[in-house]
Amino acid sequence: MADERPVLELRGITKQFPGVLANDHIDFELRRGEVHALLGENGAGKSTLMNILYGLYQPDEGEILIKGERVRLHSPKDAINRGIGMVHQHFMLIPVMTVAENIVLANEPTRAGVLLDTEAADRRVRELSKSFNFAIDPDARVESITVGQQQRVEILKALYRHADILILDEPTAVLTPQEAGELFEILGTLTREGMSVIFITHKLNEVLEIADRITVVRRGKGIDTVDRQGATEEGLARMMVGREVLLRVDKPASDPGDPLLTVDDLHVFDDRGLEAVRGVSFEVRGGEIVGIAGVDGNGQTELIDAITGLRKTAFGRVSIAGRDVTGAAPGTVLDRGLGHIPEDRQRRGLVLEFSLAENVALHDYDRPPDSRWGWLFPRQLIRRARELLTQFDVRGGGPQTRASSLSGGNQQKVVLAREIGREPSVLIAAQPTRGLDVGAIEFVHRRLVEARDNGKAVLLVSLELDEIISLSDRTLVFYEGEIVAEHGPDVSEDQLGIEMTGAGRREAVA
Amino acid sequence: MSERASAPPPASDPNTVPSVAARLALYQRAGGVITPLLTAFIAFLIGGLVVYATTGKDPVHTYKAIFKGTGLSWLSPVSIHWHLFYPAAIHWTGWDTTSPTALNLQQTLIVVTPLILTGLAVAFAFRCGLFNIGGNGQYTVGAIVAVQFGVWFAGLPGPLHVIVAMLAATLAGAAWGGIAGILKATTGAHEVITTIMLNWIALWVGSYLVGFNGPMQDPRAISAPVTRPIADSAHLHVFWGNPLLQGLHIGFFIAVAMLFVYWILLNRTTLGYEVRAVGFNAEAARYGGISVGRNFFLAMAISGAFAGLAGSIDILGWEFNLDLTVVQTVQVGFIGIAVALLGRNSAIGIFFSALLFGALLTGTSTRNLDPSVFQPQLAGNLTRIIQGLVVLFVGADLLIIYLWQARKKLRLPQRKTVEQA
Repeated sequence: MADERPVLELRGITKQFPGVLANDHIDFELRRGEVHALLGENGAGKSTLMNILYGLYQPDEGEILIKGERVRLHSPKDAINRGIGMVHQHFMLIPVMTVAENIVLANEPTRAGVLLDTEAADRRVRELSKSFNFAIDPDARVESITVGQQQRVEILKALYRHADILILDEPTAVLTPQEAGELFEILGTLTREGMSVIFITHKLNEVLEIADRITVVRRGKGIDTVDRQGATEEGLARMMVGREVLLRVDKPASDPGDPLLTVDDLHVFDDRGLEAVRGVSFEVRGGEIVGIAGVDGNGQTELIDAITGLRKTAFGRVSIAGRDVTGAAPGTVLDRGLGHIPEDRQRRGLVLEFSLAENVALHDYDRPPDSRWGWLFPRQLIRRARELLTQFDVRGGGPQTRASSLSGGNQQKVVLAREIGREPSVLIAAQPTRGLDVGAIEFVHRRLVEARDNGKAVLLVSLELDEIISLSDRTLVFYEGEIVAEHGPDVSEDQLGIEMTGAGRREAVA
Repeated sequence: MSERASAPPPASDPNTVPSVAARLALYQRAGGVITPLLTAFIAFLIGGLVVYATTGKDPVHTYKAIFKGTGLSWLSPVSIHWHLFYPAAIHWTGWDTTSPTALNLQQTLIVVTPLILTGLAVAFAFRCGLFNIGGNGQYTVGAIVAVQFGVWFAGLPGPLHVIVAMLAATLAGAAWGGIAGILKATTGAHEVITTIMLNWIALWVGSYLVGFNGPMQDPRAISAPVTRPIADSAHLHVFWGNPLLQGLHIGFFIAVAMLFVYWILLNRTTLGYEVRAVGFNAEAARYGGISVGRNFFLAMAISGAFAGLAGSIDILGWEFNLDLTVVQTVQVGFIGIAVALLGRNSAIGIFFSALLFGALLTGTSTRNLDPSVFQPQLAGNLTRIIQGLVVLFVGADLLIIYLWQARKKLRLPQRKTVEQA
């Protein structure tokens, strides 16, 4: 590998945004056939660097060399023509179109020059996915396939356009451990075929699992490039954050009290009218964290939506602190003492165009002291927000800052501040650290344990097994809308991983 | 490692890179005044080119004549005679309230009044994420109810009669808008479709009521499709100019007061908080415990109330009866869309854009535009051209922002809008 000249070199890339030096003379080198991880906290400048490489931004200084040739990339089209493919964190797919249509988009095989040759498109997509061992149906609509499969569609799209440099922006953020494993296998196949992969992430364990070399970026500067051999999680975390980071959660043994959240034989249908939750019963006591482990799409989302009143329950009962809230409106459930850190903070957790003060007031705006007789008191909103923002260490803005201008980690802290700040008796945290960096994850975990120690019942849903294991006092394993296993605090990742695929249940039946 | 970063803005973390969307929002806020001005300027520029290309007339001369017809020059009590670029003479003209200019200004403000309100009718719905195309229908319904209430209750004392008629018209407009809101909330029917349909229903029901042999047609005016005139007690007080010559009525102040009501409603009440939350992110609002459907209804009803009030003010202020041609040709609801778009849904913006469109309408009217300079019939079309261009450009906001950026940084290549940063 090393005997060849690098397929890609970035030299002294500098990019200035109003008030922010996003990239400060960053050097980066990609060899043929390697997976090179670009590691850094959110806002460290990884995405900016890759957007420059993909032609979305122009660097203020520095040069880009592809296969030794100095190039200027004015648009993604330039980048694609140079063999660069990018898979964004948020997929750029058209949900109502089929897999094949999405892949050939903007480069369609045609019949008679104008008509889309569906058969040819299908055939070529099939060939492509077969040669790289992708299990994917070209005729399926994108909206009907899983997130992991959608990502594969994005990768196929790049391959279809003859990319030999593949940029993956936080590719595992939306994947289950199994899907991530499959993705890593795919990346292995690709690099063996001579492709080079840039893997943007802030997850240390992944980096050590997949990358050949690692470049760490902090505050817009390239800190160092190291080989995987000899790298440790602790060392990388220190380089990333610039200080020692506590990677494991320290928590005393739990002291469970009365059950505060009780779910009894709950059945819920999903958007397609299929039974997503099939007769689930469990309880969460005050002072304990119950984790729900499971592959994404096994009914966890529907379960939480049903508990919080955002989705109708077909059958069964939910009660909070002994009071029945089955089928109650979301506002009523919140008032009964529920805090909910939603799965998707940008879609649901925050009104991005609102100020932080307005966001903090999202549940309580309609009662004193925030308002009286329908009259809102903006100063009170600001006062309350200022308190909570300090308490939860939200940086990057004050009460009157728009939520959209905060980083992901700080946005999540605002959600936490609101949900925990209301002193709920039950706290539901759905993937509370998704897309967050090491420092922010540490913070969120500490707050969840703190809530537990304050006697709250915490229900944690996460796709990150290490998160489930390190936080939960009890773990429930979800498979196809049912609880297939329950464990105490000491459970291995392997054990959960197996049960999550339904293997445990099948054994039990057999 | 040159520290080229200028002092970062106080409220932003230097470690976070703003997303493209965030920067765009910044430009929009920074260009909050500039963008609409530029939009209007370009619209007038293109309108001028059309004038020149189609009639060969001097566009500047034409615009001057239109401006003269608006009476807006009355506001500045000096007349300046320009010699090249230097004022050669400045005359103090004073505020002569009986001059033709004053009369023109009264006409302009009479036209501006309903435009403010229909602009608000569009803007309020916008803030809830709804596009109210139904201002016209809501206005018509308001006008019909106002006429009927103005004809009835002839014995009531003046102010009370006015209030009763206005209130009834406002409620009727609210009901008309509310129908679209309820349909949206319950069945998901798109408000653009339903409000357009409601416009036609209002138009034809109005035509039936007012038209020949209709139940509201004035029995004394057999040959004209027009309602009976409202009672004198229902007339709005004329505070400037001659009531017999269509002076300016107090409806203007009601409209201006509604601008304040609009702002307070949105920013100082829980209702406004809910409406804005739903408008920005309905899913987050629902998660927060806000009933989205209820707000769809309320926003449409309040929008309709503004438009219905506009209809009543025109009837009680200067029309005094409702004519079939008015029912069938009224446009204020549609111009309200342009008013709201150009005014960027802000109270102050709506005031000025209503003033602009009101002035254009008056300045190009047959009565106010000197036909030797430009045919008023053509000028009327010019108004529509400019109105259309404004809507087009506001829709193409990004283009204007881009032009504005390009002015500052000519070499800056246009960026693709992406969510990544």
